[in-house]
Amino acid sequence: MQVDYQALRFDYRRCADQSAAVPARHPVIVVGAGPVGLATAIDLAQQGQRVLLLDDDEALSHGSRAICFAKRTLEVFDRLGCGERMVEKGVTWNLGRVFHREEPVYGFNLLPEGGHQRPAFVNLQQYYLEGFLLDRAQALPEIEIRWRSRVTAVAQADDGVTLTVETPEGEYRLLADYLVAADGSRSPIRRALGLESRGRTFRDRFLIADVRMEADFPAERWFWFDPPFHRNQSVLLHQQPDGVWRIDFQLGWDADPVAERQPDKVIPRVRALLGPDVPFELEWVSIYTFSCLRMERFRHGRVLFAGDSAHGVSPFGARGANSGVQDAENLAWKLALVLRGAAPDSLLDSYDAERVAAADENILNSTRSTDFITPKNEASRAFRDATLALARDCAFARRLVNSGRLSLPSTYAASPLNTPDAEAFAGAMVPGAPALDAPVRAAGGADWLLRYLGNAFTLLHFSDDAASPPAPGDLPLPVRAVLVVPPGAAAGGPHEGVPGTVTVLEDADGLARQRYDARPGTTYLLRPDQHVCARWRRFDPAAVRAALERATGKRA
Amino acid sequence: MLNTEPNIAAPDDFYEALLAIHQDLLPAQSRLVDAKLILLLSNHIGDPEVLRQAMAKAREGIVPAGQDAILAARA
Repeated sequence: MQVDYQALRFDYRRCADQSAAVPARHPVIVVGAGPVGLATAIDLAQQGQRVLLLDDDEALSHGSRAICFAKRTLEVFDRLGCGERMVEKGVTWNLGRVFHREEPVYGFNLLPEGGHQRPAFVNLQQYYLEGFLLDRAQALPEIEIRWRSRVTAVAQADDGVTLTVETPEGEYRLLADYLVAADGSRSPIRRALGLESRGRTFRDRFLIADVRMEADFPAERWFWFDPPFHRNQSVLLHQQPDGVWRIDFQLGWDADPVAERQPDKVIPRVRALLGPDVPFELEWVSIYTFSCLRMERFRHGRVLFAGDSAHGVSPFGARGANSGVQDAENLAWKLALVLRGAAPDSLLDSYDAERVAAADENILNSTRSTDFITPKNEASRAFRDATLALARDCAFARRLVNSGRLSLPSTYAASPLNTPDAEAFAGAMVPGAPALDAPVRAAGGADWLLRYLGNAFTLLHFSDDAASPPAPGDLPLPVRAVLVVPPGAAAGGPHEGVPGTVTVLEDADGLARQRYDARPGTTYLLRPDQHVCARWRRFDPAAVRAALERATGKRA
Repeated sequence: MLNTEPNIAAPDDFYEALLAIHQDLLPAQSRLVDAKLILLLSNHIGDPEVLRQAMAKAREGIVPAGQDAILAARA
């Protein structure tokens, strides 16, 4: 049955904390039940951590909003137990095309190789994404969600955070060991603490028209510069599920944001693109401007900012929601370890270090795209036009055309949690990189490597036979062990280990070995968020122990 | 290393050809031609250090008298 997630309303329910004589204490409170807050709560709950999630509203996303979800984000959602539904419902795409005036300029494939479970992107309305996350969250007993609960004041002391929560029945107070502020770009918590997000606003306005129609455009990202149907401006087209199409029209700084959202202005713009005979109806209309900005630090004592509250980018590149989900996966395992007493509080400083660097990478890419799409001075426009003109017959210029550099996960190359390589390795799986997928044969048949990595620290060991699996021995934390052997080399076939034993996978097409530049003996240590933190050419329990201590902030 | 010593065999011929591509053009048309020329030559040179030195040399001594169309953002 199809659920109309946009129409769902969640009841306010009185809770015992409201009648408590002294404020009730919670180990972690997450504020904001958007993609970032929900992902944080689910990830914490999967680690066995009790979470209280507060949201000031009684509904999911109004309008389709963020629609492009990147491969890495889907892999995070797979680990959170709800990726399959998103891919099933979403529109899968890998190709982008750029047009200048009447002419196609170039196309690009964001996932030009096989052997990955997930595509480069799926497009999915934000209300579906939030709905699927919510369904998953509600299946986890560790998560309590309180709707219509607005945080109006925040005070921080050495031993915790005090929140004032406003409800339809008045205010009450709560205590938290840690507070995650996933409360959006206007973050009331950021304001309550007197903090700021700073950066640049671009002098341009854009119109989003989501229309419902029968159309035969392919499931690709189409971007026009100066098309005949919308002269001197750009247009972006994306397909969404349920026959909905996202059309994003650049309007320029002088456009009237109130008038431009009226149907009598929007409909002719859409009709100019589609032609006079294509029937359509407007699903959602929005006018926006954007800024590239971030907070100076994402950690302020016991308050951690994640997603739009911490940083903002232009939409060209789909780096907003995607990077927010990566904030969530970075933060959750660290917070769970700290709350369990298995890592020092200083581990949370690495959240700040890694995700501030990631935000800078996203802002850099987003700003460069914006500088191309929205020229900020006469020279920018001249070079943009020159690049597009040359791109028709000069390959080099096509590489300069920038209609958005689409979201890729950050490699935490400078992270203090990494153990630097002591031996030579080639390829992309450097310390700090998110693990790459590969097809494997598992106990249940054809499967994917990433499904066996993460949620706990994982040792990924490559060998020619399954006879001598790595024995991590006595480690300060539970570590999963995954052994990858060539096809046919697993005696008795691949098998999934119960906790404390080794899972044996066969490298179905040899791609795992290739992507990890592995030889017999090669061993990777992966973090609970599937990022590499150390690797060696042979398995050495003492080196694993040292790397694990470094990756949990116990040694510098 | 950016070469600022004479490197063009027939400088007057070159200069004449450079002006000739701008003949009868409006300023905006010339701007486009120059931009294309810069992009083509930059790609031909390729060496990022030479390009950086050339950009710095071109910008030397020019004090900004305009303003980009961006605003400071605070939230």
